[in-house]
Amino acid sequence: MRLALRELRRRPGRFVTATVILTLIAMLLMFLGSLLDGLISSSTGALRSQQGDLIVYSSTSQSSFARSRIEPDQRALITALPEVQEVGGIGLAQLGARIPGNDPRDLAGVALFGVELPPRQVPQLPGPGEAYADRLLQAAGAEIGMEILLGPARSPITILGFVDDTNFSGQAGLWTTLETWREVLSANRPDAQVANDVVQALLLRGEPGTDLTQLAIALDLSTGGTTRTLTIPEAINAIPGVTEQQATFTQIIGVTVVIAVVVIALFFALLTVERTSLYGVLAALGARARTLFAGVIIQAVVVTTIACLISAILLLIADLAIPPGSIPLEVTASRLILSTILLLIAAIAGCAFSLRRILRIDPASAIGSAS
Amino acid sequence: MTSHNPESRPAAPHIAPALQLTEVRKVYTMGDGSEVTALHNASLTVGADEIVALVGPSGSGKTTLCSIAGGILSASGGQVVVGGDDITSYSERQLTRFRQQRVGFVFQSVNLVPFLTARENLLVVDEMGRRTGAAARQRADQLLLELGLADRAKNLPGQLSGGQRQRVAIGRALMNEPALVLFDEPTSALDTQLGEQVMELIRTEMKSRGTAAIVVTHDERITSFCDRSVHITDGVLEA
Repeated sequence: MRLALRELRRRPGRFVTATVILTLIAMLLMFLGSLLDGLISSSTGALRSQQGDLIVYSSTSQSSFARSRIEPDQRALITALPEVQEVGGIGLAQLGARIPGNDPRDLAGVALFGVELPPRQVPQLPGPGEAYADRLLQAAGAEIGMEILLGPARSPITILGFVDDTNFSGQAGLWTTLETWREVLSANRPDAQVANDVVQALLLRGEPGTDLTQLAIALDLSTGGTTRTLTIPEAINAIPGVTEQQATFTQIIGVTVVIAVVVIALFFALLTVERTSLYGVLAALGARARTLFAGVIIQAVVVTTIACLISAILLLIADLAIPPGSIPLEVTASRLILSTILLLIAAIAGCAFSLRRILRIDPASAIGSAS
Repeated sequence: MTSHNPESRPAAPHIAPALQLTEVRKVYTMGDGSEVTALHNASLTVGADEIVALVGPSGSGKTTLCSIAGGILSASGGQVVVGGDDITSYSERQLTRFRQQRVGFVFQSVNLVPFLTARENLLVVDEMGRRTGAAARQRADQLLLELGLADRAKNLPGQLSGGQRQRVAIGRALMNEPALVLFDEPTSALDTQLGEQVMELIRTEMKSRGTAAIVVTHDERITSFCDRSVHITDGVLEA
């Protein structure tokens, strides 16, 4: 083990190629992971920030706010259930926003939510014509007190303040009352306007200790099957594109890890071939195969850890350099650690390809062919 | 003569012969299933502080004999006793432990670990087996001093002369206080003058420690540095 570490220290040049390639692979892995986290985060923040347990859509809506309508009689049936603590209506309008100072054709995508129960980050419900905006809109040029214009009808909304991580489908979350939402919706989407007592979905808080799955079933039964109730995680997965993005990125990350296994396997297999005579001498001196193999693993682990450290630092620098809102990149410690663990597993798996060659090391080779 | 497990190594009974080969055979099975006998019923006894030259042409079986004596190869038949340990039926693992503790090797091309200093090359022997730490470091320093390499302890093999490298290799072979040291063609890569100096050094070091040695060679000139010579031709030992 000491021998392996000394070789790394005294002959770093031998490991430069592998370290550089692994750094590139680690960067790709960490970048893809952070991009996935950013994409998912920018798609799901609005639902993750809800202070509730369940979301009720109409049964034919396919869990889409735009297609869902909850009538007052459905709401009354739901509210009457004893396990239900609190219910709040939700409405959504996805529109383009004109921000003063920006090019008139440079629209910022916003997801205007009308709510009765404000999400975690929103301190209180705003007044008519006002809204709290996600910081993504600040990156697009909006400021506190600024009046932005929504949709083709150019409905004015004054920004009261900024909140974090409340975006929906990559659009900046804009949080207002149901009344303001209805006004904006009827002005910009006349085909989708709803009556004063109709909402698109309900956010529901259960009594403490309630089995949410059972409550969801009871709730849909109470409305005669005209509603479809999802837990918040289920509602997040039902957002169009979320599961597809996760599946696609997971596959790309998987392929990248396989490439890392191949690179490490090839590099250390070549190194093992190069060291055959040295290993023969060490075996003749009494080194066991497991000692020699442990040395290979130690070197692979050290090289991979260095590559991951360099990648993490470079990615953090890149994250600082990238203007906010331009790429949905979310660099988190958990993602960097997960990527490092994946690559370390790949490193050990790659080394396994050298095991057979090390087990076949013949100490007799150290003192020449049998003569 | 005793037989015991090398994992519970007692103090080496140095009064016993360093090596006792009795009717040792080595047969290799070739790829086509045919058998080639590399060593025919070889019997040889090497005294506790005796230096024996094993002389023979290339392909005569001298390296095979040396490998069997050093626990690198297992004999196909006969008995092998080194420093009182009967290693004839040792398993692969026992032979590995035996090599760590009971024999020393000096290889033909010296074969020092290129990225380790002279001192670390000696300590490799300790790292491969049960570590003794401070005792091993003390022994390494003592050996380097005795071999005239105290001021070269921190030098890498590439910074040493051929003779100095050979001395480091001898030091490495002596690290585990072996009963027997096996020298494989120690002068083949050296000119006549340096070869004689190395043989003189081997003789001095072995005799001063009372350690036995077998010097494998095909060069008759170096036999004068040994106590006696044993010739081997086509796998047959001739006294």
